[in-house]
Amino acid sequence: MADGSPRALAWRQLCDGVRAYRLIAVMGIRSQLTYRVSFAVTAFGNFAATAFDFVTILLMFTQVDALGGFSLPEVAFLYGTSATAFGLCDLVMGSVDRVGARVRDGTLDVLLLRPAPVLAQVAADRFSLRRVGRVVQGGAVLGYALGAADIDWDVARVVLVPVMLVCGGLIFAAVFVAGAAFQFWAQDAAEVQSAFTYGGTALLQYPPGLFAKDLVRGVVFVVPLAFVNWLPALYVLGRPLPLGMPDWVGFLAPAVGAACCAVAGLAWRKGVRAYRSTGS
Amino acid sequence: MADTGEGRKGKPMEDMEDMEDIEDMEDAADGFIALDGLEKVFDVRRRVGAFRREKRRVRAVDGISFRVARGEMVGYIGPNGAGKSTTIKMLTGILTPSGGRVRVAGIDPSRERARLASRIGVVFGQRTTLWWDLPLIDSYRLAQRMYRVPDARYRANLERCVELLDLGALLDVPVRQLSLGQRMRGDIAAALLHDPDVLYLDEPTIGLDVISKAKVREFLRDLNAEHGTTVLLTTHDLQDIEQLCGRVMVIDHGRLLYDGPPAGLHEVGGSERTLVVDLERETAPIELPDVPDVRVVRVEGPRQYLAFPATGSAAPLVARVAAAYPLVDLSVREPDIETVIAKMYVEGATVPEDRTTV
Repeated sequence: MADGSPRALAWRQLCDGVRAYRLIAVMGIRSQLTYRVSFAVTAFGNFAATAFDFVTILLMFTQVDALGGFSLPEVAFLYGTSATAFGLCDLVMGSVDRVGARVRDGTLDVLLLRPAPVLAQVAADRFSLRRVGRVVQGGAVLGYALGAADIDWDVARVVLVPVMLVCGGLIFAAVFVAGAAFQFWAQDAAEVQSAFTYGGTALLQYPPGLFAKDLVRGVVFVVPLAFVNWLPALYVLGRPLPLGMPDWVGFLAPAVGAACCAVAGLAWRKGVRAYRSTGS
Repeated sequence: MADTGEGRKGKPMEDMEDMEDIEDMEDAADGFIALDGLEKVFDVRRRVGAFRREKRRVRAVDGISFRVARGEMVGYIGPNGAGKSTTIKMLTGILTPSGGRVRVAGIDPSRERARLASRIGVVFGQRTTLWWDLPLIDSYRLAQRMYRVPDARYRANLERCVELLDLGALLDVPVRQLSLGQRMRGDIAAALLHDPDVLYLDEPTIGLDVISKAKVREFLRDLNAEHGTTVLLTTHDLQDIEQLCGRVMVIDHGRLLYDGPPAGLHEVGGSERTLVVDLERETAPIELPDVPDVRVVRVEGPRQYLAFPATGSAAPLVARVAAAYPLVDLSVREPDIETVIAKMYVEGATVPEDRTTV
């Protein structure tokens, strides 16, 4: 090997991963297009299903003026940031929870034989464009919220919104990957991570004041989903952070996102090494 | 270097790690593929009763050592569950060994899986690497880009494979519409587009008809002869071994039972071929006092089964039977691998000395 420094190695691995992801995703899209009707139906279904999420919130606001002290635009802001971050992550990494099936039937073998990072291949496996529906829908709600909410904009707040989406996506991605890694040991555990990912987005769409303190502590200190949008979003909205935390905690999102990814990466590596394949 | 007892030839395991950088140079002498006391242990959990679970350790590969030189063509055989696939999976980096050491082209497979991947080709008889819903050619184009094969080389390799494996008419057919034999040939081509130094084949002829088998064998023979590709194949089919390999390794229960030329397999296993003769009428069991080591194992009316050592030729025996009995028809049955190995295992055959100590 010409250049063996750890940083160069990690960088090259990332580039290889992105490249492999692109190649496989393109193949996946083409495979799906061989079944055009099925593609159209599921794409529409996906969009409609996520849209109903927000309809639920709208229906609530026909009965009340505020939810946990939050106005509709403010709740829409929480919803939009959470849904968009999750949508982005789901679009890129949503396939990793299928690794359990590949572990069970041994088809992960094939991916391990290619000169590309397995995680990238698993994530790109059957890449589904229809997941764009969720991003579009979340983005639309976020757009409405940004226009309608009464936000006292300054530089920090302007920067924090896109940062929040990216870091939120990374935190969700970390949960996806850690959950997928767990499937190397428990092959039918896809539901466990769904509790954190799908369950997590649903939770983060509502103001933290609505939930029990212990639950809030859990998503701050244990599985730090609160950093996806609650903490930074409350800062943007000019609201006090839960659990009496100071305002600057909202700015920790990038650090938390990075830490989550590091932990998930290690778990994944350990998982791959524990892979047992199947007899043939 | 004077042999003072410290500088032994057989290196102790602890020193291996420090020697990694000079390993590439050692390749030629050390064998292109090198295994030392390789082990894979699985913990198998079995449900006993409603709640209790029993944990059992299975030694799928139990201390296997061998060397394969560049350009060798080696058969790796054994009954189901002997540890063949597990070994191949450790050689390709799919599985991480539980113990021992393995190097392929100087690379530790499980630690540098991706780097090794571009130097090896793998064909799993029962698991395709091709894209199910897309035309065959798309899988090849992906392989080209994934392995970064330069255009000219890709075209040359593809052309050769298409010609020799008869794939021309199949390139635009979606993989799911290919027959098993066609898909196998397609898979072999896919594994060779990046000019691998080693080709692993796991049951390459399983489920194929006679013509497809012959085609695959011929292709592998040419590949080995013309490109010097090292080939390691597992199979259940003794004919694969006899027609292709100059060397065969037999494993059972995760241990190497035999390592040597295929002919010697019959010697060590003391295996027998069977001559089936149909006589004009029922007679007493054939007796040929002047031909040693032949015995009648079964009589079914006019049909008799004669067992004779697989190491010898059938010709003199046939001549003697024809001269002494009213012969109508005859056929020769090869011993199957399972029987050879079963016999070997019972008799506790050991690996020839010169192979184990390198």
